[in-house]
Amino acid sequence: MASAKDATAPNESLANDDIGLDRRLELFRLQVEIRDCEKRAFDLFLQNLIKGTSHLSIGQEAVAAGFGVAMRKGDKSFCTYRGHAHTLARGASMEGMLGELMLRDIGLMRGKGGSMHLTSVEHGVLGSYAIIGAHLPIACGSAWRAQYLGEKDVSVCFFGDGTTNIGAFHEALNFAAVWKLPVVFVCENNLYMEYTPISEVTAVKHPAADRAAAYGLERIVVDGNDADVVYRIALAALEMARNGGGPSLIECLTYRHSGHSRADPAKYRPPGELEEWLKRDPVVIYRERLREFGVKQETIDAVEAESKRKVEAATEACKASPQAPVELLTADVYADGGWAWRN
Amino acid sequence: MAELTYRDAVARGIAQEMERDERVVFLGEDIGKAGGVFKTTVGLYEKFGPRRVRDTPISEQAILGAAMGAAMTGLRPIAEIMFADFLAVCFDYVANEMSKLRYMSNGQLACPLVIRTGNGGGVRFGAQHSQAVENWTMMIPGVKVVAPSSPVDVIGLMAAAVRDPDPVIFHEHKALYAIKGEVPDGEILDKLGTAKILRPGRDCTIVALALMVPRALAAAEILRQEHGVDAEVIDVRSLVPLDTQTILASVAKTGRLFTVEENPRLCGWGAEIVSIVADEAFWDLDGPIVRITTPHIPLPAADHLEDLALPSTSRIVDKVHRVLNG
Repeated sequence: MASAKDATAPNESLANDDIGLDRRLELFRLQVEIRDCEKRAFDLFLQNLIKGTSHLSIGQEAVAAGFGVAMRKGDKSFCTYRGHAHTLARGASMEGMLGELMLRDIGLMRGKGGSMHLTSVEHGVLGSYAIIGAHLPIACGSAWRAQYLGEKDVSVCFFGDGTTNIGAFHEALNFAAVWKLPVVFVCENNLYMEYTPISEVTAVKHPAADRAAAYGLERIVVDGNDADVVYRIALAALEMARNGGGPSLIECLTYRHSGHSRADPAKYRPPGELEEWLKRDPVVIYRERLREFGVKQETIDAVEAESKRKVEAATEACKASPQAPVELLTADVYADGGWAWRN
Repeated sequence: MAELTYRDAVARGIAQEMERDERVVFLGEDIGKAGGVFKTTVGLYEKFGPRRVRDTPISEQAILGAAMGAAMTGLRPIAEIMFADFLAVCFDYVANEMSKLRYMSNGQLACPLVIRTGNGGGVRFGAQHSQAVENWTMMIPGVKVVAPSSPVDVIGLMAAAVRDPDPVIFHEHKALYAIKGEVPDGEILDKLGTAKILRPGRDCTIVALALMVPRALAAAEILRQEHGVDAEVIDVRSLVPLDTQTILASVAKTGRLFTVEENPRLCGWGAEIVSIVADEAFWDLDGPIVRITTPHIPLPAADHLEDLALPSTSRIVDKVHRVLNG
């Protein structure tokens, strides 16, 4: 396991090239695509083309990207209602994601789940869960299956800081530790549960990491806005889990640039806080890093242009998609494909 | 053919399925080395080992969550929630998670698991360890709900539940664990969604579930001997899927319907059956439908009070006799 890091610690030497340029470009591409897709989701919301709610990951892209690149095909992701980023990071298509937000037939679940329940089994995304904490025990179960069958995949469970105060969090951590399950718990600490600062309602400074000792786990806090840092800790935790070393709990410090959901203008934030975090925007950090590594500007521009092109194409495809046929209303309640509860 | 207790039938049903399918695993509190707090799982740990029979911490959310995650990815877990009352502390998994997984994912994910739980009253455990909560689970689309009343049904319905591709809540009745019944040798496999006519009759239909079944049968015998009433007794067995055809056919024959429910009055399972019969068999009825239920109260621990609360054989006899014979 890599050593614990603190967000305030200086970055590691940029010359360290264990990651390599190809992977760095992939980390950059994912962050840019997630950012562009989330911004488009916001625009579509203002146009009333996305209904219901949506919870954006703008500002938090590095966590999803770092894990997305570190995870292998076959690894399982368990996400929250703020799960657009993690779904895209496993390779799900933009039109599948945006289409689901728009509740169209083209969506990942053809509009039956909506923005808070993105699922793409073919990409290892085994659901996005909107009841806080529920998916931590579920990820344990997936990891138990891998352990039981001798399969080598790891289950990764993403959640926010607010989750650390609900019972299922503690049940799952103890359970995973006692059974030594191949599961990685990833807390995205963006400082706010919904509207309330997590620090006002939590007995410890680091809501996830400071609880780790209670379950015999290492205390890990990392800079969640630096995709390289996230990638490295992800790789270490995944390998430990894959090799029978049991679970990890990783607290990634990050910040959401927008409110909790589309209904939240985030007026509770102290003046200047957002501006400070914008200086540490993960996409900006990573673009600079690529430049420091000597990546040509035209290569960077090409990644960004391709992302914008993909978002435009996905948006048009979603707008052109009809809504699902009404037969879906009663489909797949039970395994026979229907909803019959009586004869 | 051998005589077996309801309690031992639980272990036999689980063992039958674990022997058949390596994917079947079993988890819960004190189910392994201890053999279960109701001694329903004695011998499974010794037979199948700690890899397949896993003792858990007192963490009901972790138990159901882990069962769900394992089921979604290829196993066939059986999870025990010791007392059905404890479903309340992990109800998110029943109400929000496993029941909606297939639907919300547009069929991408499935959740083939069984939740076994000790349900019902009559054992003086007080209000938090005695409730009959099968109606809580019945009202959630996406889960199936079973409540056997005899040892042979425990085994056959357990097998059907384990092999079912959807989540099944399996309500064992605590007050029935000690009863005995004849059980055939060899594999037993029943079918969910099938009610059983346990006693044919002409004058009225009495529909019952779990502990209320032996009481309804005893009442029917008294009604025949003392009041000349020939009651047909139906064991519903499965609330979801619900075998309405057997009930509707019986009502068409007898013209009168009584439900005997252990649930407190409001929204007990019998209310749904009454509603279906009123909608679809109204012209078959010769008189009002009557529900015999626990009153809308928490259950007391004191034996004389608990006995007053739960529908008893004598209460069933009195009610049916008064309604039919004025």
